[in-house]
Amino acid sequence: MNIKSILTGAVVALGVAGAAFAQDKPKIGFVYVGPIGDGGWTYHHNEGRLAVEEHFGDAVETTFIESVPEGADAERVLTQMALSGHDLIFTTSFGYMDPTINVAAKFPNVKFEHATGYKTADNVSIYSARFYEGRAVTGLLAGHMTKANKIGYIASFPIPEVIRGINASFIHAKKANPDVEMSVVWVYTWFDPAKEGDATQALLDQGVDVILAHTDSTAPLTILEAAGGYGFGQAADMEQFAPAPRVSSIIDNWAPYYIERTQAILDGNWTSVSTWNGIASGMVEIGEISDAVPAAAKAEAEALRDAIISGEYHPFTGPLNKQDGSVWLADGEVADDGTLAGMGFYVEGISGNVPN
Amino acid sequence: MDLSAINPLILVASLMVAATPILLAAIGELVVEKAGILNLGVEGMMITGAICGFAIAVETGSPFWGFIAAAVGGALLSLVFAFLTQYLLSNQVATGLALTLFGLGLSSLLGQKYMGVKPPSTSKLDIPFLSDIPGIGRVLFQHDPMVYFSIALIAAVWLMLKYSRIGLVLRAVGENHDAAHALGYKVVRIRIGAIAFGGACAGLGGAYLSLIRVPQWTEGMTAGAGWIALAIVVFASWRPWRILMGAYLFGGVTVLQLNLQAAGLAIPVEYLSMSPYLITIIVLVIINRSTQSAPAELGQVFHASH
Repeated sequence: MNIKSILTGAVVALGVAGAAFAQDKPKIGFVYVGPIGDGGWTYHHNEGRLAVEEHFGDAVETTFIESVPEGADAERVLTQMALSGHDLIFTTSFGYMDPTINVAAKFPNVKFEHATGYKTADNVSIYSARFYEGRAVTGLLAGHMTKANKIGYIASFPIPEVIRGINASFIHAKKANPDVEMSVVWVYTWFDPAKEGDATQALLDQGVDVILAHTDSTAPLTILEAAGGYGFGQAADMEQFAPAPRVSSIIDNWAPYYIERTQAILDGNWTSVSTWNGIASGMVEIGEISDAVPAAAKAEAEALRDAIISGEYHPFTGPLNKQDGSVWLADGEVADDGTLAGMGFYVEGISGNVPN
Repeated sequence: MDLSAINPLILVASLMVAATPILLAAIGELVVEKAGILNLGVEGMMITGAICGFAIAVETGSPFWGFIAAAVGGALLSLVFAFLTQYLLSNQVATGLALTLFGLGLSSLLGQKYMGVKPPSTSKLDIPFLSDIPGIGRVLFQHDPMVYFSIALIAAVWLMLKYSRIGLVLRAVGENHDAAHALGYKVVRIRIGAIAFGGACAGLGGAYLSLIRVPQWTEGMTAGAGWIALAIVVFASWRPWRILMGAYLFGGVTVLQLNLQAAGLAIPVEYLSMSPYLITIIVLVIINRSTQSAPAELGQVFHASH
């Protein structure tokens, strides 16, 4: 037996022991990519955690670690959490996918839930929200609000979730305004207010007047407030910027899901599941559309939202072509979840390439 | 390829703003390192300065007092580092890292009631005559006062290090603290002064971020700017004007690459987004080929009995 296998054995034994100790009161851990005060993505995951505490009171204990870098460091944090007796661990960013799977393999008795990824295991569930449904509504509003016919999109990393958001926004902006063009700027970070602000300024300098953001802080709205132009709350309502520059928002509501999964731990019937819910379930909410939006556009956006909720409309409905002009969806055809989950291409009309 | 969409004048104006936080933090760290101290807590001091400046600016309604408070806050935090490393002789690397963690935690604690609050806006200087020059006048001479202050600070540090007696003593302490001590200079006191100066500058850099560049308070909003400042000090081989160049280059390429993306330039985004780091390093390394290296006693513990 070499030293590595001894160590692995010891780690597994500790994990089992840790899980055993925690039997009386389940311990639920959360791993966040940004600070809980980012005002956006992480803030709302933490709101979900607080809702769990409020719902269950003393029956469960929750912990969190914030600003955990994606990649190898996450594996260390997850291992530490698993060793310290957590029963259920939510890993709340795409980049935690492989670390989650790796650590989960070492701790079969600890349950994991990974947000926005696509890899599962017996003790790893995945959950995500159909943000693209919200993007369809905000994209439509962006198309209505732009006077320059140029909208901008601040993109974080080239992963399917972000690309879906770009496509859904563009398709619906184009429905509202056939002349609209979209510039995409990739910042390669989820959270860096200065860089998000610089990207906003760069888009404004290029003549864009409505900006959609897929990063976690409120910096783009702060810049828009000073410089003029419109934007949207992202992941949180960001209502402090209403009625302008924030004209509406996409709100992530994780609380019901977190409560449901914690309940499953308490009941002892937790199983690995894949959840992908949209506006209809309440996981994605559309924030109030402000008075800065003309009444007709507001009514159109609300009708779109209601059609998505009732299921009569899917944001990716043909006819739609890919960027190179080849047919993706025929007239009336609806994209299947498999294609959406792995989306790596732009639709026709968006310029630039998807980075690798 | 359509480069006409990029207006170089607007670009220069944005890069001066984008580079100022790093510039301020880096010039402070340069003085610290010249005195032979390696303080890796720049990020922590910046973020502490960011919230101290923000809070005081909001409470008093005056960005001026905000910047003063940021400098004081950054300096106070750095004195914790000074006490640990100069009196208790702790390891500078470990203490500096701890300072960063401490600063991040302290700032989120202090900043809890300031989320979503708007700071008072800082007025821009309108320098008579110069700002009326067509084109460059608007670009170079219509910024907020801190942009000019940071450039003046570079000049002041350069003059101080090169021509003043105190600069000579500071360098002597950094190059050979035993010799400086033998000559009767108060090594520890000089170093504490340098550390406090570095803390104050980092604090100003942080406040520039929270009061001017992105006028809002968000936890962790420095997002690594302190580490960039540290790297620029090394790549600029401890020379003030090269710090200015490094910071403006880094800020400039960052802004440029975002503008190129927004303008839809057909260069793969991967290259564009790594370009600020790559170009800054390459340029500074090429310039520095044959020049001086780190202060000889950088990071060494000094005790008078040795």
